[in-house]
Amino acid sequence: MSTMAETLPAGVGWDRDAMARRLALDIPDGAYVNLGIGMPELVAQFVPEDREVFYHVENGLLGMGPAPAPEQADPELINAGKKPVSAVPGAAYFHHADSFVMIRGGHIDICVLGAMQVSRNGDLANWSTGEVDAIPAVGGAMDLVAGVKTIYVITQHTTKTGEPKLVERCSYPLTGKRCVDRIYTDLAVIDITPQGPVVIALAPGVTFDQVQARTGTALIAGPGL
Amino acid sequence: MIDKRCATPAAAVADIFDGATVMIGGFGEAGSPIELVHALIDRGTRDLTVVSNNTGSGEVGLAALIRNGQVKRMICSYPRTANSTVFPELFRAGKIELELVPQGTLAERMRAGGAGIPAFYTRTAVGTVLEEGKEQRDFDGHTYVMERGLRADFALVKAWRGDRYGNLLYNKTARNFGPVMCTAARTTIVQVQAIVPAGTIDPECVITPGIFVNRVVEVREPLQESLLVKQGVRYP
Repeated sequence: MSTMAETLPAGVGWDRDAMARRLALDIPDGAYVNLGIGMPELVAQFVPEDREVFYHVENGLLGMGPAPAPEQADPELINAGKKPVSAVPGAAYFHHADSFVMIRGGHIDICVLGAMQVSRNGDLANWSTGEVDAIPAVGGAMDLVAGVKTIYVITQHTTKTGEPKLVERCSYPLTGKRCVDRIYTDLAVIDITPQGPVVIALAPGVTFDQVQARTGTALIAGPGL
Repeated sequence: MIDKRCATPAAAVADIFDGATVMIGGFGEAGSPIELVHALIDRGTRDLTVVSNNTGSGEVGLAALIRNGQVKRMICSYPRTANSTVFPELFRAGKIELELVPQGTLAERMRAGGAGIPAFYTRTAVGTVLEEGKEQRDFDGHTYVMERGLRADFALVKAWRGDRYGNLLYNKTARNFGPVMCTAARTTIVQVQAIVPAGTIDPECVITPGIFVNRVVEVREPLQESLLVKQGVRYP
């Protein structure tokens, strides 16, 4: 499990859009979905058009539409990242307690989040590095992982300095325990199972061994590889 | 006759006292009652405990209240956002306390407080550092942490329309914490963009019923926080 793996050729692996596109295929028709800030926000544009999906915004909107043109942006219609959004026909506004009833009460089907680390048993760390002078800020992350039925993580396979993000045990403070169901990285799609992390898909040109070399815990090769 | 209208933001916040706990609505700038917060800065009230999802941005609104040294303690879920420098600086210098609460727990604590519920159990934060010091209990095979209902002396809230009874309508995602804060404070003070004649709000559409509101003040053209931040405006 060395992090000194040989460099992959440039262009190998999925880019951010391709990762989001791969994840979007797993969002079924009729799903209620919460997308986290950052890369998860890319997913909405790739959901196939024949599927009707409702996007939940933690600050009080069910039925988020695409970002508006700048001149149509309304500072009172924003998403969790505090960026302007639109509301689709059939959308609903509600207050924060109702919004988190949807999250905490198990009414949202899928949540897509970024990650700093995921452990082999599905623990997620995505809110704090735990550094002494860091300003702790948790937002709705702990509510989402505690309450949403299915948690998908979308993230680069390693950090910018090449450290694995899928690890034996998280060293950063946890967002939740045993909450992650599936991880979509630039190299692979990995299911968290009771037996451990199972690679169910590889990016074009990437081998299981290359993924394993960039992972901090033992992977299992799925039957479909 | 019931008439909760108040002439000015200054008059509306005139009895907020030193050491009070004040809930301040808003998610980022959406729903932030900036004129009421500026009136509180003018008033100079100190040692406040402020309950708000964020800590403001730039040096206007909530960030300016904090910069002015009026807040001793923040209860919030996300104290750093783009353009928020005031809180992080004071926090690192040890000049302001922070109680970090997951966002859904924060909303539910207010909802419970407003409903007379002193505590409740939730799965949020189980197995994390934010469960430390909290009672745990198992129900149906899952572990939960106990969280306390939250009440305040005052709530400052921004809404879109209000009448003299205190019935409120909100605008889009600016609703956010407003309705729960209205229920959880002993004195709820609301700025609205227009006070409309009593009886003209459809009862089917009322979001906050007037029983939860004590004062309504009209601010026709509220300042837009992000615009002020972009212009480098400081308050006062």
